[in-house]
Amino acid sequence: MPDPTPEPAPNRDPDPVAVSPTDAEQVEAAVAEALSAVAAAGDLDELTAAARAHGGDRSPLSLANREIGALPGPAKAEAGRRMGQARRDVAEAVAERRAVLEAERDAAVLVTEAQDLTQPTSRRPRGARHPLGLLVEEVEDFFTGLGWTVLEGPEVEAEWFNFDALNFGPDHPARQMQDTFFVDPPEDGLVLRTHTSPVQARALLDHGAPLYVAVPGRVFRTDELDATHTPVFTQVEGLAVDEHLTMANLRGVLDAMAVAVLGEGTTTRLRPAFFPFTEPSAEMDVRCPVCAGTGEVAPGAARGAGAGAPSAAEEDASTRTEDPAGEGVPCRTCGSTGWIEWGGCGMVNPHVLRAAGVDPERYSGFAFGMGIERTLMFRNGVEDMRDMVEGDVRFSRQFGTEV
Amino acid sequence: MRVPVSWLAEVTDVDPAASAEDVAAVLVRVGLEEEGISGGDVAGPVVVGRVLTAEPEPQKNGKTIRWCSVDVGEAEPRGIVCGAHNFGVGDLVVVSLPGAVLPGGFAIAARKTYGHVSDGMICSSAELGLGQDADGIIVLPELLGAAAEGARPGDDAKALLGLEDRVVEVNVTPDRGYCFSVRGLGREHAHGRQLDVATAFRDPVVGVAGPAGPGSRGVVLADERPVDGRPGARRVTARVVRGVDPGRPTPWWLRRRLVQAGVRPVSLAVDVTNYVMLLVGQPLHAYDAERLDGGLTVRRAREGERLTTLDGVERALHPEDLVIADGEDGARAVGLAGVMGGASTEVSSSTRDVVLEAAVFDPVSVARTARRHRLPSEASRRFERGVDDAMTAAASQLAVDLLVEHGGGTAEEGLTDVGAPAERPTIALPVGEPARLVGVDYAPERVRSLLEQVGCAVSGGPGAPDPTGGAAASDAWSVVPPSWRPDLLQAADLVEEVARLDGYDRIPSVLPRALPGTAGAGLGGLSPRRRAVRSLARALAEAGLVEVASYPFVAPERADALGLPEDDDRRRALRVANPLREEEPLLRTSLLATLVDVLRRNTGRGADDVALVELGSVVLPAADRAPAPRPGTAERPSAQEEAAVRAAVPHQPLHVAAVLAGARVPRGWEGKGRVVDARDAVELALLVGEVLGVSLEAVADPGRAPFHPGRCVALRVAEGSPAAGSLVGHAGELAPRAVSALELPARTVALELDLEVLLGELAGPPRAAAVSTYPVVKQDVALVVDAGVPARDVERALRRGAGPLLEDVRLVDVYVGEQVGEDRRSLAFSLRLRAHDRTLTAAEAAQVREAAVATAAQVTGAVLRGA
Repeated sequence: MPDPTPEPAPNRDPDPVAVSPTDAEQVEAAVAEALSAVAAAGDLDELTAAARAHGGDRSPLSLANREIGALPGPAKAEAGRRMGQARRDVAEAVAERRAVLEAERDAAVLVTEAQDLTQPTSRRPRGARHPLGLLVEEVEDFFTGLGWTVLEGPEVEAEWFNFDALNFGPDHPARQMQDTFFVDPPEDGLVLRTHTSPVQARALLDHGAPLYVAVPGRVFRTDELDATHTPVFTQVEGLAVDEHLTMANLRGVLDAMAVAVLGEGTTTRLRPAFFPFTEPSAEMDVRCPVCAGTGEVAPGAARGAGAGAPSAAEEDASTRTEDPAGEGVPCRTCGSTGWIEWGGCGMVNPHVLRAAGVDPERYSGFAFGMGIERTLMFRNGVEDMRDMVEGDVRFSRQFGTEV
Repeated sequence: MRVPVSWLAEVTDVDPAASAEDVAAVLVRVGLEEEGISGGDVAGPVVVGRVLTAEPEPQKNGKTIRWCSVDVGEAEPRGIVCGAHNFGVGDLVVVSLPGAVLPGGFAIAARKTYGHVSDGMICSSAELGLGQDADGIIVLPELLGAAAEGARPGDDAKALLGLEDRVVEVNVTPDRGYCFSVRGLGREHAHGRQLDVATAFRDPVVGVAGPAGPGSRGVVLADERPVDGRPGARRVTARVVRGVDPGRPTPWWLRRRLVQAGVRPVSLAVDVTNYVMLLVGQPLHAYDAERLDGGLTVRRAREGERLTTLDGVERALHPEDLVIADGEDGARAVGLAGVMGGASTEVSSSTRDVVLEAAVFDPVSVARTARRHRLPSEASRRFERGVDDAMTAAASQLAVDLLVEHGGGTAEEGLTDVGAPAERPTIALPVGEPARLVGVDYAPERVRSLLEQVGCAVSGGPGAPDPTGGAAASDAWSVVPPSWRPDLLQAADLVEEVARLDGYDRIPSVLPRALPGTAGAGLGGLSPRRRAVRSLARALAEAGLVEVASYPFVAPERADALGLPEDDDRRRALRVANPLREEEPLLRTSLLATLVDVLRRNTGRGADDVALVELGSVVLPAADRAPAPRPGTAERPSAQEEAAVRAAVPHQPLHVAAVLAGARVPRGWEGKGRVVDARDAVELALLVGEVLGVSLEAVADPGRAPFHPGRCVALRVAEGSPAAGSLVGHAGELAPRAVSALELPARTVALELDLEVLLGELAGPPRAAAVSTYPVVKQDVALVVDAGVPARDVERALRRGAGPLLEDVRLVDVYVGEQVGEDRRSLAFSLRLRAHDRTLTAAEAAQVREAAVATAAQVTGAVLRGA
């Protein structure tokens, strides 16, 4: 690279005065001139020019320095010290000035490089998980935390697994209460599973006892889609079979699950019920998280937790109730009962154990099933089941990747 | 089952202070879920009034209203406008005064109408919630009969008419048929209040008995084809009542109870049978004796036999249907046993002699007939769940008594009673069994007493003398359940009774421990498969896709819209026999078939840029599928049976599919953004493999619907995996024809992969190689190839030629133009070379580059650009 041509600088002397290394005054003057030129340099280019003029090979001080070698002994030593000091002073001044000017230049560059980073960008748009899947994972994590295993099963299922193995007799009214989709022709014995419970039978046949499993999955019933029903929905099933398991253990698991899924302080209750595959059987209710079991909410707050402004229909409803301000209005989440039905459960019917080759006199167990859509409704304030099934991206985007 | 609180209180002790909600709460405790509470929705001043004057006033609109003066027990009569005409001066009526609120929130106020101020309303049955049909204004003596005697103007009509009585509706589970009666609910209510049934419950059939001798109408049980070996009728009774006055109405209180329970009043004979059914749970049928030829024969229907049932429908009978017949050898069917009577022998407004049938039919036989004829009835609902076969004669007697009391006539001395109650099972209940299953240490005497409350006979057990002289008997009770509980068959059933009567709220909460190794052999936690699917769902969400879950139901025409060839396997779909929407009977064989609808729904709602993903299973039935057998359940099925059941379940692989339309990078101040294209689909497909740790390669595939033939790749497992070469799915742009048939945004791109191959290839924990700290050497090469040579082939050749020193290769430029010639293109690659044990020399690097280029030249005909 060719040497850059030095810019003309105000203190560049086109005809430098010769300086003698033995003449202290001349040296001092040259140093003083150099220092003032360095100090006067307004930018790095000027500083470079000044450094060359006063410290470069052809500068008076450098030229004088070269003459030292020709001097006689004592004078040589003295001149050497003098010139060394002079050149160090100049070099230091240059370095100091350079540091100052570089800092100034860097600061100026940063100012010119400033950007408005508040201008929004979307270079890598993020998607979202479906909240039902996220909630299922949360429930799964609860069970794996207990040491249970997560299993899955097929959606199109043999009638034998869906009904017979679970003690639904061929003509028992309970078989009708399930509103089953049959695969054509019905004689082929295939159905869209009406619950995740057939996996109970599969798991017992596959693994025997002891067994602690949770089974998430999609299930099907012939209900028309509306705000509170969907023909395709999600269940999580639990099954534990071991020696010495009791209904108290069932209750222990349900209570812990309620706390894990719905939060600290959630309580459950069991009500007698009937399911062919459990005996004794129970419905499990959870205390309504919206009204905290009181059955009433403050006027205008009749919606689920975390909900926004009331809908037009609610405004309408709240004007109809004519309650004086301050008094509660019925909680719509639980129908003002204070409890929400959360699922069915019970002790595994000995018939089910026998059909799966497990000895009911040695082993006992419990099973339960819980609806994820319903849970999402009262847990996250979803008001309309259709939002969960229609796949509108605006719905899922509210959840992102956490539910 | 709907029960008025006042009726319930007649058979069981209801707390006098209890509201209907309290009664429902008591029933919930023992397992009868509340379905609703109704009635009692009349409030305010509703009083008895006497019509003093009623002046007809014709109106311009053609109607004639009446301007009435009504004495309501006040100093002055009130003026009331009324449009009805079925009452006259002097009649006692019901008047709602201003301030009253009628059912439906209908508030009464004085209002100006037809030129008068109407100071109240003269009420009809419907307006007071007393009946469905608006049969005009209530005239109290007509409605109440003798009960109206003594009523005076100003009396509270709410009390007189029982308008404050409320009705509790409960859901009866299939195991508790006896709760389809006031009798059953009364017993359960006593259990719910933990009262002693011996004092708190008054069983309506106790102390009621029919006459002993046979009646004039015989009954023959002639079931030649029992279902599953059980005769269709266990017990049938017939009783004749003669000389009933057909003009006598059903008493007001009885009709009122029927309406409250949701049963329509018809005639005295029918109303009485329905009333007794509601009271004790025994369905009864009344025949017109004159139209019934001789006695009753119970038999299966004959081939080709037809019967017109009470609802007027003529039905073709099935040989399995159990019928009641009359005539010689039961020649004529006169009713579907346990389901519905026939029209030919129906009681009418002229019937004077009645034959009452009370019977117990087999639950399965009735269930099948009701289902076969789509004829669920109040009777079939009870028979399906089991009717108490010890009370048949008593129930008949209750009906006879009511008929005679309110219709006159005389009951025949004899009762024909054929068949007998079933043998009750004796259930051995080990003393420790309730504690073993429930986890509550019930005292033995508590268990015994609770079972006795239920109605069981309990013998043996602790302290009981052992008839055989051994010690074993004291370890278990022998329990015989009551006749109304045919559902109690095994020890666990009895344990439920103990637990529910003692109260489920007494069961403690004890979290069990699943010790390692007890979760099931070879199990524990999330399976690697489940974890992988989670990672995938998360990665795709982070890559910009929004997860949805569509219904699996599709229309057959969808395969055409997708452009699937006639012989495409995806056209072989399972059909739902009873689809929700007739036009969508098939189960999807691909996720895209239903996912496109979700895309269209989103764009239809105004979304411009949509990227959707679904993870779900599809159903791929085998071409030659066999029916699923249904082995017995008394024990584990044989290995063969089990295998056959499992084999009949179709293959349902987990798929992932995505559709993208609009901008991949949205328009903004930085630029116009970037419209989604087929490469986005390919990249996402490759990402799926990457996330699951199985590398995929994209290979051009021109023949896969619904994709654009020139913009579609097949994804195959790359070399280095045991499944190398396996087809995983496809990605690319959808064919324009499919896009327009499905009404999707132009240039929609998609992918669908079968995850089963990938999930089957999940490697264990990845093995890590040492990371080289020696410097990298970069080499660029530009190669010219024929336009038809895929870039992937060139890249593969470079990799192979470069050998192990190649760290990475990346396509950095594609050039088409004059400089490389027609039908040729230049592909520039950047190679990164590095050794794990030394610094590469320039000569080594050059050598690797040459070797790479040589292989590319050999395999793809590539020529170094500029060479």
